[in-house]
Amino acid sequence: MDKTNIVARTGNEAMAEAMRQINPDVVAAYPITPATEVVQIFAGYVADGLVKTEFVPVESEHSAMSACIGSAAAGGRTMTGTSSQGLALMAEMLYIAAGLRLPIVMADVNRALSSPINIHCDHSDTMMVKESGWIQIFSENCQEAYDNMLQAIRIAEKAKLPVMVTTDGFIISHGMERLEILSDADAKAFVGEYKPEYYLLNFEKPITVGALDLTDYYFEHKRQQIEAIKDSKQIILDVAGEFGAKFGREYGLFEKYKMDGAEIVIVAMGSTAGTAKVVVDGLRSKGVKAGLVKPRIFRPFPKEELAESLKGMKAIAVMDRSDSMNAQEGPLALEIKAALYDAPAGSCRTVLSYIYGLGGREIKLEDIELVYNDLSEASKGKAKPKVSYLGVRE
Amino acid sequence: MSIQKREKKPGWKELPEGDLIIGGGTASGFKTGDWRSKRPIFLKDKCIHCLTCWVYCPDSAIIVQDGKVIGYDYDHCKGCGICYHECPVKGKAIRMISEKEAKAKNTVIAKAEGPKQP
Repeated sequence: MDKTNIVARTGNEAMAEAMRQINPDVVAAYPITPATEVVQIFAGYVADGLVKTEFVPVESEHSAMSACIGSAAAGGRTMTGTSSQGLALMAEMLYIAAGLRLPIVMADVNRALSSPINIHCDHSDTMMVKESGWIQIFSENCQEAYDNMLQAIRIAEKAKLPVMVTTDGFIISHGMERLEILSDADAKAFVGEYKPEYYLLNFEKPITVGALDLTDYYFEHKRQQIEAIKDSKQIILDVAGEFGAKFGREYGLFEKYKMDGAEIVIVAMGSTAGTAKVVVDGLRSKGVKAGLVKPRIFRPFPKEELAESLKGMKAIAVMDRSDSMNAQEGPLALEIKAALYDAPAGSCRTVLSYIYGLGGREIKLEDIELVYNDLSEASKGKAKPKVSYLGVRE
Repeated sequence: MSIQKREKKPGWKELPEGDLIIGGGTASGFKTGDWRSKRPIFLKDKCIHCLTCWVYCPDSAIIVQDGKVIGYDYDHCKGCGICYHECPVKGKAIRMISEKEAKAKNTVIAKAEGPKQP
């Protein structure tokens, strides 16, 4: 392994750096705060001749994803980046990319959806498209964003499924951190070459892409897609295993932080997990048996594995940075509860749901301490609200 | 009342992934002629073999042999009538009749005996 470069980079810069090293055939993108920089910096690499990518500056995100679909179907390694309203505008095409099983990789910077209009972080954009068939990978920090982008290419091309790698808007996208960058040679060797089995520009093996599929075939093709997203779990683990063995940074479907001997646990995704780790460290030094589970992969949802990791807990808090507007709770809480329902008898039934950080509302150490405090009390049998709105003004 | 036997279609494990159809020219295997409500009838004696119809036909359903029109591929002709519309012959070398009429009168179709269509 070549010498690793240690640099200071923002999340957006880290993702653009990964894209430079991946050197995709095509990038089609439209700017949107806070994801603009990812493709803007990358466009600079194109202009400077550092990559051989065809950059397609389109007129909307719908067009961006359409161009990506065309490129990927033609056989090109294809990437893009977006956020919030842009992701919403892409929604129609996201389903098509997934249904056609095209391995497009997207840098997705989490931002609140309008209305009210807001440019800051929450997960409502990514959660809006959780049923689109894309693999969804959440990153806690710049390093994970960079590492996840490199792994995403491999996952997408093996699973024949598109992948979105998310960071938290501004918190990660514009926050500068220490980043270990692989040498270009190592990164290139890791991502390898894309060799699709079938692609439109292969005149030796002609194909039709996207034919009409009515009552007699649609279900079979969807059944294949369902199987592909199930199978992608092992692919994600295999790629993470190879990445860890080569470069020393370990990844899985989720991260368990101080879960040995833990009795009360927070489940949280993205940058908030980093904040929660500081709180866990403090509580552990005081003898409180606190732990953290940070799902990295939201799609496919690692149901059995998460239920297993939560076995024996006395109380669980699930923190959602979006609400499902279902008069219940957030998407992560619902899926965790579903996982626990199917888990072996005796699993924890004390699950508290917290909606927090909407529209970029700050989540502080004290807020997370409050959640662990609630968990402590709940684990001793004190009744707590099933759903709380953390940090909102009453 | 007899129950029609269902055609056995491939299961999800047997199909190519991603809604792909493998191989070229597969449209010829899909018979679209039964959508037709109007049928073109070839009037051999009037045809000047300019091949304008052959150029315009969106379904490649004009059958030509040795540079001459010999008839239509009714498995794929959708009856759009573009051939009739474009035919430059005075009085037209093509007549459009309704499928219903064609079937009722059991009209003899000047179907080509030329080369087999793919």
